[in-house]
Amino acid sequence: MTSTTANRPADTTPAQGPALSIGGLLRRPEAGAFLGLLAVLLFFAAFGGLTFLKPAGMSSWLNVAANLGIIAIPVGLLMIAGELDISVGAMVPFGAMTVAVISGHYGLSIWLGIAVTMTFGVTVGLINGYMVIRTAVPSLIVTLGSLFAVQGIVLGLTVLITKSTSVALTVQGPAKAIFGDFLFGGQLQVMVLWWLALTAAYVFFVHLSPKGNWIFAMGGDKVSARNAGIPTDRMTILLFVLSSTSAAFIGMCQAILYNSAQVAGGQSFIFNSIISVVVGGVLLTGGFGSVVGIFFGTITFAIVNQGIYYTDFDRNWSALIIGVLLLLAVLMNNTFRKMALSATTKKKGA
Amino acid sequence: MTAPILALKSINKSFGPIDVLHDITLEVRPGEVLCLLGDNGAGKSTLIKILSGVHQPTTGTIELDGQEVTFPAPRVAQEAGISTVHQFGGTFPLMSIGRSFFIGVEPTKGWGPFKVYDRARANAIAVKAVQEMGITRITDGDRLVGGLSGGERQSLAIARAVHFGARVLILDEPTAALGVKQATHVLRIVNEAKRRGLAVIFITHQVMHAMAVGDHFAVLIRGAVAADFRKGEKTREEITDLMAGGASMASLEAEIEGYMASHGGHPPPLTQA
Ligand SMILES: Nc1ncnc2c1ncn2[C@@H]1O[C@H](COP(=O)(O)OP(=O)(O)O)[C@@H](O)[C@H]1O
Ligand SMILES: [Mg+2]
Repeated sequence: MTSTTANRPADTTPAQGPALSIGGLLRRPEAGAFLGLLAVLLFFAAFGGLTFLKPAGMSSWLNVAANLGIIAIPVGLLMIAGELDISVGAMVPFGAMTVAVISGHYGLSIWLGIAVTMTFGVTVGLINGYMVIRTAVPSLIVTLGSLFAVQGIVLGLTVLITKSTSVALTVQGPAKAIFGDFLFGGQLQVMVLWWLALTAAYVFFVHLSPKGNWIFAMGGDKVSARNAGIPTDRMTILLFVLSSTSAAFIGMCQAILYNSAQVAGGQSFIFNSIISVVVGGVLLTGGFGSVVGIFFGTITFAIVNQGIYYTDFDRNWSALIIGVLLLLAVLMNNTFRKMALSATTKKKGA
Repeated sequence: MTAPILALKSINKSFGPIDVLHDITLEVRPGEVLCLLGDNGAGKSTLIKILSGVHQPTTGTIELDGQEVTFPAPRVAQEAGISTVHQFGGTFPLMSIGRSFFIGVEPTKGWGPFKVYDRARANAIAVKAVQEMGITRITDGDRLVGGLSGGERQSLAIARAVHFGARVLILDEPTAALGVKQATHVLRIVNEAKRRGLAVIFITHQVMHAMAVGDHFAVLIRGAVAADFRKGEKTREEITDLMAGGASMASLEAEIEGYMASHGGHPPPLTQA
């Protein structure tokens, strides 16, 4: 990303340096998320030592962050655009079960399983998106409906087809290496590479490509955005497709990694992705946020989630820490946003 | 007198059984401010929504430069040079000045799939456009729109419309929520737009604001044009009386006094703002 002070038009008055750079920093939605991450790092370093920053410790939270982050970014983009998607909680087991039934239970090619899983992900996203733009029903309710519907389909079909709620899947060769293996024979999942690559792609799409601007406009004021000629319907559908496909992708990768799929599980992704997004500085009501912020928010969540193992605290306390963290993050991000709004390059006249 | 840019011929508009506009005929000329006056609910917003492509007239025609046109979508009206600034500026509070200025038409640099948003250029152009309209206090295109005052926001939106080549500028109650000083700000910008040869349709129910910039006035009462006159043809009191629906201000005052006398000195209760 370009620095805030570079390439300024020549006609701006000088002597604005310090005020400008503070204002510029505050306007970055990830500023609060970064401070939150630092605070969490310091907290766990103080109470648990630096074990969680050594390779073994790092891979534990990096794995959590990668699986969550791939879902959290599109969920966050929807939130920036003024929508919510909680059906991701059902799309994770749906993705896992689809690939396991096709390539495990029926023993068909893994590539067919992958193709069908991704197609289902896209399909559910299209349905969610169409329902949101065609009806006036809030996306929370629409995706609550699809959350339950998809859960029902997964459970019903799996039991009908396999007479079981858990299906085994063995994958070898390139598909295993690409979608569900550990890197360098260690503990780090290949999903971490996917996460980093996808984050980079999202940063480009949201913050550098001209279309990224549209997502913020939609969340800021949908009617004005549409009147300005932005194809808001197409963008909304695209974002829903991204989130549900990403969730199906994660389910699929987990099934390939762990050699099995369960009908249950996945619900934790609903709240965890929203927490990561909000801790990452995205405004719940839309119009403000950043991919880098969500990235930091996800890491923060993952460190709290895993870091507790490296302290003397009982594991049971981690939910408390996450709750407090969420509230603090929201308060801090609100404060930052207010400061960003009033940040000027020169003193305002009376 | 110059030829009108935009002419409305016998426009009627109903929403189902509700007739909102009746037989509206109006003309807008370049370099002129048409003030559309009327009480709340008179149909002012509906009329301009027809001009900006949000609604379609039930019957009647719109002519642009003498040619009959239709605006099936806001985009079409915009491409024809009709730009609408809505009641609250229609801008995005948490977006930077540069980004909101270029929303939907973002300038890019680079090539092919690696075209990126050109922040420096967007900011420089936006700041220059606003400053040329007389708002010299805006110098930093990275500032968030929500940090601007109400008047500055309206001015930004007007500057944007002018920059993108609007020929007709429609302002829906731009001064309604503003203090005196801020409103003066906006009125100055309206004059600047007029000086540049734009046709301005200025909607308000504040007669003072209308008289400060208007060349031509139309008073809308319950969806019909109750009066259509030019600058200097009517006094402020006459206009106010017209807007009150013919009942003169003096008789209204008498009515209120009568009410207060019979209700122990209390003014009538406010029904809905
Ligand atoms: N979409 C709509 N459907 C039905 N009635 C409407 C609609 N839009 C406006 N109206 C009615 O039309 C009348 C004029 O409204 P409006 O144009 O907003 O008035 P103004 O802007 O002058 O206050 C009001 O009585 C309003 O209730
Ligand atoms: Mg109105």
